[in-house]
Amino acid sequence: MRTGFATVGYQPNWLEILDSAFMRNAMIGGTIVALAAGVIGYFVVVRQSAFAAHALAHIGLPGATGAVLLGLSPVFGLGVFCVAGAMLISVLGQRASERDVVTGTVLAFATGLGLFFNSLATKSSSTMTNVLFGNLLAITGEQLMVFAALLAVVAITVGVVYRPLLYSSINSAVAQAKGIPVGALSLVFIVLLALTVTMAIQAVGTLLLFALVITPAATAIALTPRPALAMAISTGLAVACVWLGLIASAMFNAPPSFLIVTIVTAVWLVVWLRHRGSHRNEPAPHC
Amino acid sequence: MSAPESPREVALSFRDASAVRDGRAIWSEGTFDVPAGSVVAVIGANGSGKTTLVQMILGLIPVASGEVSVFGNSPGEDNDLIGYVPQHYAATAGEAVRGIDAVLLGLTGHRWGFARTTAAQRELAYQTLAALDADGFADRRLSTLSGGQRQRVAIAEAMVGGPRMLILDEPLAALDIGSQRETVLLLAKLHRELGLTIIVVAHDLNPLLPILNSAIYLLDGHAHHAPIGSVVDDELLTHLYGAPIQVAHTPQGELYMRSVL
Repeated sequence: MRTGFATVGYQPNWLEILDSAFMRNAMIGGTIVALAAGVIGYFVVVRQSAFAAHALAHIGLPGATGAVLLGLSPVFGLGVFCVAGAMLISVLGQRASERDVVTGTVLAFATGLGLFFNSLATKSSSTMTNVLFGNLLAITGEQLMVFAALLAVVAITVGVVYRPLLYSSINSAVAQAKGIPVGALSLVFIVLLALTVTMAIQAVGTLLLFALVITPAATAIALTPRPALAMAISTGLAVACVWLGLIASAMFNAPPSFLIVTIVTAVWLVVWLRHRGSHRNEPAPHC
Repeated sequence: MSAPESPREVALSFRDASAVRDGRAIWSEGTFDVPAGSVVAVIGANGSGKTTLVQMILGLIPVASGEVSVFGNSPGEDNDLIGYVPQHYAATAGEAVRGIDAVLLGLTGHRWGFARTTAAQRELAYQTLAALDADGFADRRLSTLSGGQRQRVAIAEAMVGGPRMLILDEPLAALDIGSQRETVLLLAKLHRELGLTIIVVAHDLNPLLPILNSAIYLLDGHAHHAPIGSVVDDELLTHLYGAPIQVAHTPQGELYMRSVL
């Protein structure tokens, strides 16, 4: 059945494709997204807030489809809904025992709303696909400016709150006892996560978000327990996987999201298996 | 009602203090002084407000009425004076950091802005770990340490800032008897060498009895403080826990308490 795979295959002119304007935008955009996702992803893994990240990605869906309905930019809608959703989850889910229920309920409602908005607009089904699976190749110069600004916000904020955020993420009871405003930092974190998710959706989409926000960070933590080094590795890995994914997509004419996810997963699997093996060889705890 | 002049500095001073949580009165009429350099247990039945008392000392919840001071300051005013060891230490993030990272955060974790850890800070962190016999596993992930080893790291993290008071929440609860003994010996050493004031929230007093000077006990909605000799008493403990408890004396003159069926 050759016809089913007609578009996928080696493209000898892939170097020319890489040199095109849309590919350059994709490279820059992908790099910005990966830088933010690599750093914020570290905190997501340490704080065990993968579910919040997952939910925020879905909460963005009605934002994007709703914005299209109103004739606004989907990225704008994504950003507004992600940040508002982050605050909602943060305020309603203050008790740990209720957080999963609140997050899950908001997630489901938002996804439903996204579907409804999409059904109202006949032309927005491509928006829906882009939000769900990402489309780096469609990033415009204008979006790049927005991404750069968001990255600057994330980087500067993390630079200011780095140690207190790390402390409250690793050991919140002790951090609180030291007078660190753990609750306020938690809100700052989830807003940073929302901004990162807004960008990452554009790159890999809602459904593949974890490939940039969770997996590189988890891989880095398996490689090293040093926080700053782990963040650097996580970021480097995310950037490298985005680049490799884009190059491979030019070479084989396959969707970059798929290739990025595949590369990230392959690296994680190798590291994780090695890490588990090395754990088994460590001397048994004794005291 | 003024306290008599004490020759020793007062670490904790409660004056008709009361605690309210979620609109519910937890305990009240706490009036006592804990001299600096004491080793004090905080005891009471489940739900009597032990954690609330600790959070009040740390300034995490307000004093509902009355006054509480910590080394003469309002609670929360100078938390560098207090090292805190929580009950569930690094329960979730133990995979991501080593002992040394946790102790360094104890030293620098409250600082805003980006700054590299200095060699002097690193040196101080390792010295603190070494003083607690925890330097041998300082470079291992917390998740790979035993309960007793992790407890040493937790105490090092609390001690690295040079506090004058150490507050431990159920430090022996998850440990086997050997590790319990080592932890108690460690606390005795810190008390002896540094003159620390040590506050220990505990259910089982027995392993701590050799080092305790006094106890804060929460009974019938009131907070009291008394020397340990008068707290370890059949009638008081039976009343406190609502279960028959007998205090026994060993031929060596040591006390221990046991429940009677």
